[in-house]
Amino acid sequence: MKIAVLSGKGGTGKTLVSVNLAAVAQKSTYIDCDVEEPNGHLFFKPIDVQEEEVSVKIPQVDNERCNGCRKCVDFCKFNALAYIKDKLIIFEEICHSCGGCIMLCPEKALTEKEKGIGKMQRGISDEVTVYTGILDTGEASGISIIKKLLVNNKSKGDEQTFIDCPPGSACIVMESIKDADYCVLVAEPTLFGVHNLNMVYELVKLFNKPFGVVLNKCVDGENPAEKFCLEKNIKILKRLPFDNELGMLNSNAEIAARKTKKYYAIFSSLLETVKREVQYETTTNS
Amino acid sequence: MKIAIPVDEKDMGTNVCVSFGRTPYFLIYDTESKESVFLDNSAVASSGGAGIKAAQIIVDSNIEALLTPRCGQNAANVLKAANIKMYKTTTLSVKDSIDAFIAETLSLLDDIHEGFHGQVGN
Repeated sequence: MKIAVLSGKGGTGKTLVSVNLAAVAQKSTYIDCDVEEPNGHLFFKPIDVQEEEVSVKIPQVDNERCNGCRKCVDFCKFNALAYIKDKLIIFEEICHSCGGCIMLCPEKALTEKEKGIGKMQRGISDEVTVYTGILDTGEASGISIIKKLLVNNKSKGDEQTFIDCPPGSACIVMESIKDADYCVLVAEPTLFGVHNLNMVYELVKLFNKPFGVVLNKCVDGENPAEKFCLEKNIKILKRLPFDNELGMLNSNAEIAARKTKKYYAIFSSLLETVKREVQYETTTNS
Repeated sequence: MKIAIPVDEKDMGTNVCVSFGRTPYFLIYDTESKESVFLDNSAVASSGGAGIKAAQIIVDSNIEALLTPRCGQNAANVLKAANIKMYKTTTLSVKDSIDAFIAETLSLLDDIHEGFHGQVGN
């Protein structure tokens, strides 16, 4: 069972929710797909960390063979190639590694070369296997790292996997939730929070994923995010309080559920709710 | 000498466009024949690499100098590779920019910015 945790912006509580869910699930897998700023490992402090480089394939040109037909230049939707003064110029950081230019080149002047863009780490924290993707600074897209992180976890059958998504709703988030069985959307109780929630709400609807909302930082009084959920008939999985103790534990990179019984109970009940929802979705859809 | 300027509209009274890569049109002006031609910038709707594509259009039009208020790094790399000189415009007026170029009062554009990759607006 793969559960993705997402939100429209950073700082909403994705890592808080996914780290604590993985901690209470005992034997589980946590995957930090927020490759631009992974912070789940700060909480888990995994040991026995193994590292693997991640690279992408980009074209390189043999200008002796290139006859300037420009098929590659015209084909590239990202404009990663230009033909200037009888020479092909390749902009590596623009390239999306689709390989189209290499396939199209009639002169076989383009070949693949590997370019490192970051790394993947795997470690253990109690019974949780912790995967972290780290994109090198300045690299444009972490998609390849996310693909690699998720492919590694295909084999594990009934074990629970928690995917800590990057913020927002761009392609990097789509890649992270593509194979998820269920999506947990985290929302803040503000108008801005509603805007951000709406972004990911539109996304999970587009992907036809079953989902529910965790209302984070709840205070007394009006909660626009809750109102939004009620209006749209969205399942509210849990209301997490705006709570000094929880905030403090989290700021100190502690996993609240591992620290106190109170939070263990809160996140266990959230996990149970999520599991029930997933089962419900499976039965109604089969 | 053929020069190019990013412009907002297909009209000599139009303004110099603030963006090079995503300008809707280029004015191609011949300083000898005083002829002007407006060129559509097909890079304007690109999802990425607009500067590179726009620069390719300039190179393919046999331009010798580009007059622009600013230019991104990738586009500058293409233009440099093609030995096209970049001059910094200081006024919105297309006509004044051309006059300034002819009077040789425009300075070379050297504050190349990193680019607005993927950002909205200009």
